[in-house]
Amino acid sequence: MLKRVKSFRHGVHPAEHKALTDSSPIERVAFPDEVVLPLSQHIGGPSKPVVEIGDKVYRGQVIAEATGFVSVPLHASVTGSVTEIDKHHHPSGRLDEAIVIKVDHNSPQTLFDERTVDWENLSNEELLEQIKQGGFVGLGGAAFPTHVKLSIPEGKRARWLVVNGCECEPYLTSDHRIMLEWADSIFLGIRVLQKILSTEKTYIGVETNKWDAIKSLASRIPPDLDCELVPLETKYPQGAEKMLITAILKREVPSGKLPIDIHVVVQNVGTIAELGDLFAFGQPLIERVVTVSGLGIQNPTTLLAPVGTKLGDILGYCGGVTDDLREILFGGPMMGVPQQFLDVPILKGTSGIVCLTEEQLQERTESPCIRCSSCLEACPVYLDPSTLGALARVAKYDEMLDYHIMDCMECGACSYVCPSNIPLVQRFRVAKGLLREKQTREKQAREEAERAEAAA
Amino acid sequence: MADNNPRLVVATSPFDKGPVDTPAIMRHVLYALAPTTLAAIYYFGLSALLLVTVCAFTCAFTEWLLGGRGSWRDSTVKDSSAIVTGVLLGLTLPPGLPLWMAAVGSAFAIVFGKLLFGGLGQNVFNPSLTGRAFLQAAFPVPLTTWAPYSNLDGFFSLRGDTFALPFLRPEVDALTTATPLALMKFEFLPTDFSALLYGATSGSVGETSAALILLGGAYLTWRRFLNWRIPVAIFVSVYLFASALHMIDAVQFRDGVHHLFSGGLMLGTIFMATDPVSSPVTPRGCWVFGIGVGLLVVIIRQFGGLPEGVMYSILLMNAATPIIDRLTQPALYGSRTGKKDDS
Repeated sequence: MLKRVKSFRHGVHPAEHKALTDSSPIERVAFPDEVVLPLSQHIGGPSKPVVEIGDKVYRGQVIAEATGFVSVPLHASVTGSVTEIDKHHHPSGRLDEAIVIKVDHNSPQTLFDERTVDWENLSNEELLEQIKQGGFVGLGGAAFPTHVKLSIPEGKRARWLVVNGCECEPYLTSDHRIMLEWADSIFLGIRVLQKILSTEKTYIGVETNKWDAIKSLASRIPPDLDCELVPLETKYPQGAEKMLITAILKREVPSGKLPIDIHVVVQNVGTIAELGDLFAFGQPLIERVVTVSGLGIQNPTTLLAPVGTKLGDILGYCGGVTDDLREILFGGPMMGVPQQFLDVPILKGTSGIVCLTEEQLQERTESPCIRCSSCLEACPVYLDPSTLGALARVAKYDEMLDYHIMDCMECGACSYVCPSNIPLVQRFRVAKGLLREKQTREKQAREEAERAEAAA
Repeated sequence: MADNNPRLVVATSPFDKGPVDTPAIMRHVLYALAPTTLAAIYYFGLSALLLVTVCAFTCAFTEWLLGGRGSWRDSTVKDSSAIVTGVLLGLTLPPGLPLWMAAVGSAFAIVFGKLLFGGLGQNVFNPSLTGRAFLQAAFPVPLTTWAPYSNLDGFFSLRGDTFALPFLRPEVDALTTATPLALMKFEFLPTDFSALLYGATSGSVGETSAALILLGGAYLTWRRFLNWRIPVAIFVSVYLFASALHMIDAVQFRDGVHHLFSGGLMLGTIFMATDPVSSPVTPRGCWVFGIGVGLLVVIIRQFGGLPEGVMYSILLMNAATPIIDRLTQPALYGSRTGKKDDS
């Protein structure tokens, strides 16, 4: 029934550490005393508050509305009262506008607007509007608004729907547990997406370190649902959109283009399960599954937590941290973002919290590149990180453009394999940031010159 | 708890690191060289042992003396790359070479082959071969004086003027023989294939047993410390080019197999052409580099004045490495679309 294991070329095999949490069921956290809901939790325009300090809000109620097409509304993830609308620590490291809600512990915390959505009789536009109003963004990490990804541009069509169940980052087991426990929500979500996209074929790609999930999903596919499980090699970054497409469909997304340009739409399996809940009983995106793992936490667990739950509350719920804790990451160790404050909230896109210890973070000194070409054989987009690293070291950023630096997706495979401990991807991020800044400035200067010319 | 202990690291990802580091790679190269070195000692006795030891020690000492930044902690000698250079240089020298010459060559290899470029990773040419090229230019006669091989019975009999003092006229009554390549080139005498395979031939100390060198190469390939494309490209191009010539004139041009298994081709191919620092990083570049070395080897051996050309072939291609890398950049993901796109 299941065909041979597929994969992409290159990539790396970091230690998985998934056994810490992959056999314990998803556990709902107790409601905390306070949640912090940043207005910017997605790619695109931040939401605009529609509540004021002192307002009573209900779980699932809209508290901030979308601003524009690439934006989504924000919902209260708990019933309580708004105590603050102000700058707050954001997991990205910035200070950002957020709505703080004090939880009403006397409330039953029922859903504000519980209802079933008669999705089969809704038009595509209505379905997309439902998804947008549900505050949906990709739960895999990038948090791109889901309705935007599902809106097929004029003249293009989606032939394949690819469901991303790879979860290739070490430690993370959220998607694994979702596939084991929430199969019905996943299949409902797939049905809705198939209707919106009118795809020919649906694939669910899952790494083979989750055979139990592959088998259980495959055995539970409803007979009338056209959908195929594809076992994928356990290799990082198998879950990167481009790599997943290449592994399953043997096609490459052209440089600078999107999957839809080769007729593919990819959605994370967690997003699809939450979508299933939206259409089953009208629950907007107000909670998510978060893996809390690593040797630095007392009780590693896979949690179901309200969006906006603060890091400190989650660590406390998991028994606290160990004495040798040295690093707390939002996301996995390969692409995660380190945190420095305990009051940062988990966002819609926070797939895991990984606590690393002193021992796991042994500092290594950088030594010269010996041109061993390990990085070339690791890079999933076939760059030459060796040469790029040499250019980055001496800040020759413009020359890096000739070596396609902008195609780097910052997966970190090059830094992982480098025997000389050269911080390759770290330097590439700097280079990309500065190059983007420069491009913006040049564009502005051009436009200004044009305006001046027009005025003269 | 983290509240009381603010010592959290805030860096950027990734936070996991593969197990391989540079000193480990160098160590594995030394393991891979062990069988060849032991065979050298078996065939050439104490002379070979002393030669390799003196080269390794001189290289390490020079690196420590001039390559460190003042303290042992920062010393670059700890990455073992200087020892690899020394052992490799020792293996390319004739067994009877006076030790002082070997020491001078080793110091030259480290200083002019490596440190002047900026140390590990910066050099254009393979340091061992740089040292050997210098010795060949400075002392052409001792560098082409080949002692006969024997076995363990003759372990303590020196193969030449091993302990000659610097700049004294070396004694010339040492027993010498011709290498298989010289036999072929100047006397048109073939050498038995099994002798080439097991190493029962005269030549540089390390270029005796092709089988053991291949064993080392196989080990490094298995551990993924060696780019297999380069040796494959060299072997194939040498074999095809030599065989083509052989078909034209079987007397003047030796057959491909003889080319592959004689002289320094095995040692040079497996351990020096694949030196990562001085060879290309791109996959296609490795093919170009290997084919270039292979063609040059056959051209020098068959049409040049010297019986052997592996050293100069590799050094010439080392010089071409930056331009090869530039011209053979890998095709970017997503740059090879078109045909299937409109399906």
